[in-house]
Amino acid sequence: MTAGEPLLRVEGLTTWYPIRQGLMRRVVGHVQAATEVAFEIGTGRTLALVGESGCGKSTVGRSILGLESPQAGRVVFEGSDILQLPAEALRAARQRLQIIFQDPLASLDPRMRIRDQIAEGLRAFRLVSNDAECDRRVAALLERVQLDPDVMDRYPHEFSGGQRQRICIARALAVDPRLIVCDESVSALDVSIQAQILNLLTDLQRDLSLSYLFITHDLSVVRYLAHDVAVMYLGRIVEQGPTGRIFARPAHPYTQALLAAIPSLDPGRRIEAPPVLGDVPSPSKPPPGCAFHTRCPFVMERCRRERPPAYPVEGGAQGGGTSACFLVEPGASPPVVVGAEPGREAEPAPTGA
Amino acid sequence: MSALLELEGVRTAFPGDRRRGGPARVHVVDGVSFRLERGRVLALVGESGSGKSMTALSILRLVPKPGRVVEGAIRLDGRELLALPVGEMRRLRGRRIGMIFQEPMTALNPVVRVGDQVVEAIRLHERVSAADARARTRALFAEVGIPDPDARLDAYPHQLSGGLKQRVMIAMALSTRPEILIADEPTTALDVTIQAQILGLLRQLQRDRGTAILLITHDLGIVNALADRIAVLYAGRVVEEASREALFARPLHPYTRGLLAAIPALATPGTRLHEIRGTVPSPDRWPSGCRFEPRCGERFEPCKAIDPAETRPAEGRRVYCHAVARDLALAEGAAAPRSSAGDALAEEVAR
Repeated sequence: MTAGEPLLRVEGLTTWYPIRQGLMRRVVGHVQAATEVAFEIGTGRTLALVGESGCGKSTVGRSILGLESPQAGRVVFEGSDILQLPAEALRAARQRLQIIFQDPLASLDPRMRIRDQIAEGLRAFRLVSNDAECDRRVAALLERVQLDPDVMDRYPHEFSGGQRQRICIARALAVDPRLIVCDESVSALDVSIQAQILNLLTDLQRDLSLSYLFITHDLSVVRYLAHDVAVMYLGRIVEQGPTGRIFARPAHPYTQALLAAIPSLDPGRRIEAPPVLGDVPSPSKPPPGCAFHTRCPFVMERCRRERPPAYPVEGGAQGGGTSACFLVEPGASPPVVVGAEPGREAEPAPTGA
Repeated sequence: MSALLELEGVRTAFPGDRRRGGPARVHVVDGVSFRLERGRVLALVGESGSGKSMTALSILRLVPKPGRVVEGAIRLDGRELLALPVGEMRRLRGRRIGMIFQEPMTALNPVVRVGDQVVEAIRLHERVSAADARARTRALFAEVGIPDPDARLDAYPHQLSGGLKQRVMIAMALSTRPEILIADEPTTALDVTIQAQILGLLRQLQRDRGTAILLITHDLGIVNALADRIAVLYAGRVVEEASREALFARPLHPYTRGLLAAIPALATPGTRLHEIRGTVPSPDRWPSGCRFEPRCGERFEPCKAIDPAETRPAEGRRVYCHAVARDLALAEGAAAPRSSAGDALAEEVAR
């Protein structure tokens, strides 16, 4: 890995699912789940990939882990493109790339003791030489996620939702990963439990210089936790940049609508009018031009024909990121910002090493 | 004047698992009281296991068997619902109390056109011709913001998006012009931009039609968007009730304060979130005394053994907490409040 190279660099990632019909199972179209997706994640950083259901954010997460077969693009992790790796090398890369899902009960084997589920990775990658060492490692991992090591002989159903998510985190940590994909990992948890897991993830990042790809629809978690944000709509990233800039000065009308739609917790301020009308179009037939033009309050004639490229957005020392919207085309008049949080553009305190 | 809907000491129980050493009866709702006034919105807020959905089902007398309401009173316009004959209760459900649930897909019949489902609901409760019922359904679809209502009448549920299905559910719930709408997590399954649309719709309907809403949710943002009053539930009981403004500005119960402090939206990035230690106890293992005691940062001697009584720190507020009661007594005795709850209380009392 060369100096200056980020831990993960995704370029032009395109994953489409074929739609088959008829006796011959002929391909009649594609669900365009992810198209030309590009982003980077540095060591010890958190990138939040946000969007509503069907926007393709989970497909991107699965593609990065090699769980999908993208049509095009590169996923450069620690210097090598994992989409091109031979099977044996991919296996090795998998050790450094882990995923935690939304529903821990579905990702744990109900008939297997916690000890064996956490130890599975340790054994598969030959990280332990004997059972005693294995038990020591499992105990240490359970302590790391603030569970009592004495619980290792229990089964998943004996735990609460929050505890099960801790077990999934311990299992991911077992193989010493560098990047963890968190796919809606706290979305199903009650708020008091969610706070515990978010604090745990923050501690782990600080202590182990972990990087997270945090896939979620919950923007308040993103604002709290992520260093950078990428917003997806119908398979494409429409805006990305530092979290502070995105929340203070969202540039893309879709990002503005998403932020304006978060129910406020300020008793003096309630949402009055819904920020956007209508539903998300089908990802198997995305609208031509800008995919958001069917719902955009600022739609112009050219938006229906041309797809806007990612234009740079001003801001900060590291730059403000990009927005794929003609409103931020150099020389265009600035957009009217709805739902922004003026005066809050500070970066979250760096938690990485 | 009596409230439109009034619950008094409602207890809903399921048989316990005695083989595993549990009690004979498990009370998932354990002495819940509140009043919903005509045309207003009361939110029942709580995390999973707080008993909020079971409270709604108790009102509708739809508690799944073998569970049942074992104690208390549920009055609609002063009339005891628990004593009504089954047939009369069935007529009242839907007619005077409408319902919308989290999963519109499970509440709609997948093989019947959505328009016909609403027509059926109307004709179940009123003697109107099929044509009249259909005209009313069309008007309702337009009122709840379904685009192209004529075409949508003939759609099957699977042809509609989640947001449209929830609009159909709302149209169906309103079709008989109920006085109360019980909305159990009405937007939890929806995307945030669609959620904003549905919340706006519910607010508008409540204003225009004067329908009272009993809103059940875990999401304080949704509560803020809709509610006039808020009752916070924990482990089968109301722990605090206040107006929306008072609760957000000065939450008093340690659980309510912990809940607000745990929300990432209110936290400063880079700081630690407030954690409520431990987990919600299960109904067959509810602690004696104050149920929040094992997780509470302000517990002291009486909390473990004695159930906290109702304290009324201000007009229209009630809270069940020994620490709040102590601090209130101290504040009234002009002594300095000791806990941070006391600070909030002193403010409340000074007002």
